[in-house]
Amino acid sequence: MDLNTKYTPQSWPDHPESSTLEGKNKFLGFWLFLGGETVLFASLFATYLALKNRGPEGMQFSTQELFELPLVFIMTMLLLTSSLTSVYAMYHMKNYNFKAMQAWLLVTVLLGAAFLGFEIYEFNHYVHLGFTYGQSSFSSAFFTLVGTHGLHVLIGLGWITLLMIRNSKRGLNLYNAPKFYVASLYWHFIDVVWVFIFTVVYLMGVIG
Amino acid sequence: MSSIAQKKGFGATLWDYITTVDHKKIAILYLITGGLFFIVGGIEAMLIRIQLAQPDNDFLSAGLYNEIITMHGTTMIFLAAMPLLFAYMNAVVPLQIGARDVAFPFLNSLGFWMFFFGGIFLNLSWFLGGAPDAGWTSYASLAISSPGHGVDFYALGLQISGGGTLIAGINFLVTIINMRAPGMTYMRMPLFTWSTFVASALILFAFPPLTVGLFLMIFDRMFGANFFDHTMGGNTIIWEHLFWIFGHPEVYILILPAFGIFSEIFSTFSRKRLFGYSAMVFATVLIGFLGFMVWAHHMFTTGMGPTANAIFAVATMAIAVPTGVKIFNWLLTMWGGSIKFTTPMLYAVGFIPSFVAGGVTGVMQASAPLDYQLHDSYFIVAHFHYVIVGGTVLALLAGLHFYWPLMFNTMLNETWGKITFWLFFTGFHLTFFIQHFLGLMGMPRRVFTYGADQGWDLFNLISSLGAIFMALGVIFLLANIIITIVKDKKVGRDPWEDGRTLEWAIPQPVPFYNFKQTPLVRGLDTYWIEKQEGNKEGMIYAEPIGDIHMPNNSVIPFVMSFGLFVGAFGALYNGEQPWAIPVLGLGLLITFLSMGARSLKDDLGYHVHKEDLLDEKEGGKH
Repeated sequence: MDLNTKYTPQSWPDHPESSTLEGKNKFLGFWLFLGGETVLFASLFATYLALKNRGPEGMQFSTQELFELPLVFIMTMLLLTSSLTSVYAMYHMKNYNFKAMQAWLLVTVLLGAAFLGFEIYEFNHYVHLGFTYGQSSFSSAFFTLVGTHGLHVLIGLGWITLLMIRNSKRGLNLYNAPKFYVASLYWHFIDVVWVFIFTVVYLMGVIG
Repeated sequence: MSSIAQKKGFGATLWDYITTVDHKKIAILYLITGGLFFIVGGIEAMLIRIQLAQPDNDFLSAGLYNEIITMHGTTMIFLAAMPLLFAYMNAVVPLQIGARDVAFPFLNSLGFWMFFFGGIFLNLSWFLGGAPDAGWTSYASLAISSPGHGVDFYALGLQISGGGTLIAGINFLVTIINMRAPGMTYMRMPLFTWSTFVASALILFAFPPLTVGLFLMIFDRMFGANFFDHTMGGNTIIWEHLFWIFGHPEVYILILPAFGIFSEIFSTFSRKRLFGYSAMVFATVLIGFLGFMVWAHHMFTTGMGPTANAIFAVATMAIAVPTGVKIFNWLLTMWGGSIKFTTPMLYAVGFIPSFVAGGVTGVMQASAPLDYQLHDSYFIVAHFHYVIVGGTVLALLAGLHFYWPLMFNTMLNETWGKITFWLFFTGFHLTFFIQHFLGLMGMPRRVFTYGADQGWDLFNLISSLGAIFMALGVIFLLANIIITIVKDKKVGRDPWEDGRTLEWAIPQPVPFYNFKQTPLVRGLDTYWIEKQEGNKEGMIYAEPIGDIHMPNNSVIPFVMSFGLFVGAFGALYNGEQPWAIPVLGLGLLITFLSMGARSLKDDLGYHVHKEDLLDEKEGGKH
């Protein structure tokens, strides 16, 4: 692959993410990986549901008392918006507008970081209440499920940031376009998982 | 860069293999490592049979016996059978579909090294305070209270090697979907490629539940979580579900590629097209699908209730249907064929009755009421050894003889191969057939000894004698391998003379870029078609000779896996040693820094130029 080929918005392919064999492989391989990740989160959800509100005799923590929906609602909005901005980034990527793509990716990263900040605050708050990781089966399952998602967010943030820095000088080409695209797929996946966490853990925890 | 082999020093060769991304060399790495673990697991099996050869034996202590049965099962499944299958998949599948390499050569190497370091880590437990002792299923009720670090080694080691397996699975899926040569439609793919494809899909969806289960165990044992401790609200059945949601597809991950290998062997040595090709493909996919619907038949006695038991019982029995389709298709492939009884063919023919026996006892256990009687008895031990040894291990041995010339351009001695077969096959039935009856007589599995008054001595002695035959078979095989390597007699292309598929059409030794020109596939058994039409080259081409793009070697996969290996020690000694958390951090840092290095440095590969290819002429003549 020739990295020195210069493109214009006119000569840039319609599907830069899959116009080379490497790109096609990455694209398909990553979708398959997300399939595996789905099963991973399904297993964590099942574990959480089995252990929800379970703890030692006389445990005072339960989903009803613990969770505060306003906070989680703000987090949800942040993450959903970041998914939207990553779509804008990919829109500009397909139009060969590198600067606009970088700008929208930056917004995505900032929103993601804000989400993560709220999550750290939330976890910290629970720990101060005495709801620590080993306090009960419920707490272990809760922190493992939500924490695994948080870890994914962290990895996604690091990944996108690294891509932005690495390519800041050289702009788009057919070698890095699939990388940006795949990173945005990952970001969407994180968002979808959060939608389920919001529903199953928080909404069903407080209302159900 | 030339395909002409140059004499290299040991260090250079070692470096070449550590950094290689070539699927053919990774296949050899898998073969060697898997083979070594197979021998380790075999020695553990012999120790078990020595201990059980007579009643009230004290050859092994009860605790050591538990460690040995655990490590025997874990090693054989995760570190021997699967890697050996990966060896053949790597060696054969890219060639079979006309590809120059797998889709992700870098990940291929990473998958191997993760398996390697995971396996080493697990086995280091022998020297660092004792091996895991909660059985290969490591049920949480036992595992969370097992003293020492054995179970920690199990959970961390399998986590690392399981990651490698997942990577390999995704790699094969993408390779088979995206990298097929022109004309190689799905319904022209050889059965080994098909079964690799389905097994890889099973890996993709079955390994994540194991990952989660192992993480829960790691967190429970090393980081103070409480998933399985019922006084803290935990539930050990979660482990059983997660383990078997992985564990049952796992046995199909082991058996489907074995079916694929035998399908190739049957049609090659019957010198006939595989009977019922489409039905075979359909049955493979169906077995893969149903494989996910039956995990709870391992848990009939946990008290899920009659409804759940009934559903899982029926689903389990349903799997016998596509499997039966396969058995009949193999028989009908031989029917009217011009059969050559080579060593691989002997294994294939021996496989049918052995595997059918294992399948029949499987359907017996699918009946939940009967399973209550058979549960945890030697009947179960006999059953799963009949399917795994009678299916997978026979396929591994058959595949070793069958694909050896493809991998090394030499041929294992046929006479010795047949002696190996008869020793192993006799020993196998001698060892395990009688265990059905031991089970029916009430002998429970996983006991380290039994009393002289229980009437189990003679049958156990016979079983142990059988194991000696199997060990002799393996010794003959090793001698055969050594003699073959020393003699080093090159055999060239299509040494079985009846090769049907693309891998046999390629010149030997296989050039590092595989196909000088991408082949054009004209039908099922494409090499056979070309041979019938008198095409001396064995294939026709889809493109003129041009530059070939090749991936660069890289040491990063090795370093990345090594980081996980180091980090695992930190996790293992967490809360015990002051250096535990720093070491965990250091290991993860090594891994993440190598990931960073990988993503910061462009890896564009290099090109083999058209002129060099034309200069070489026939790549296989030297």
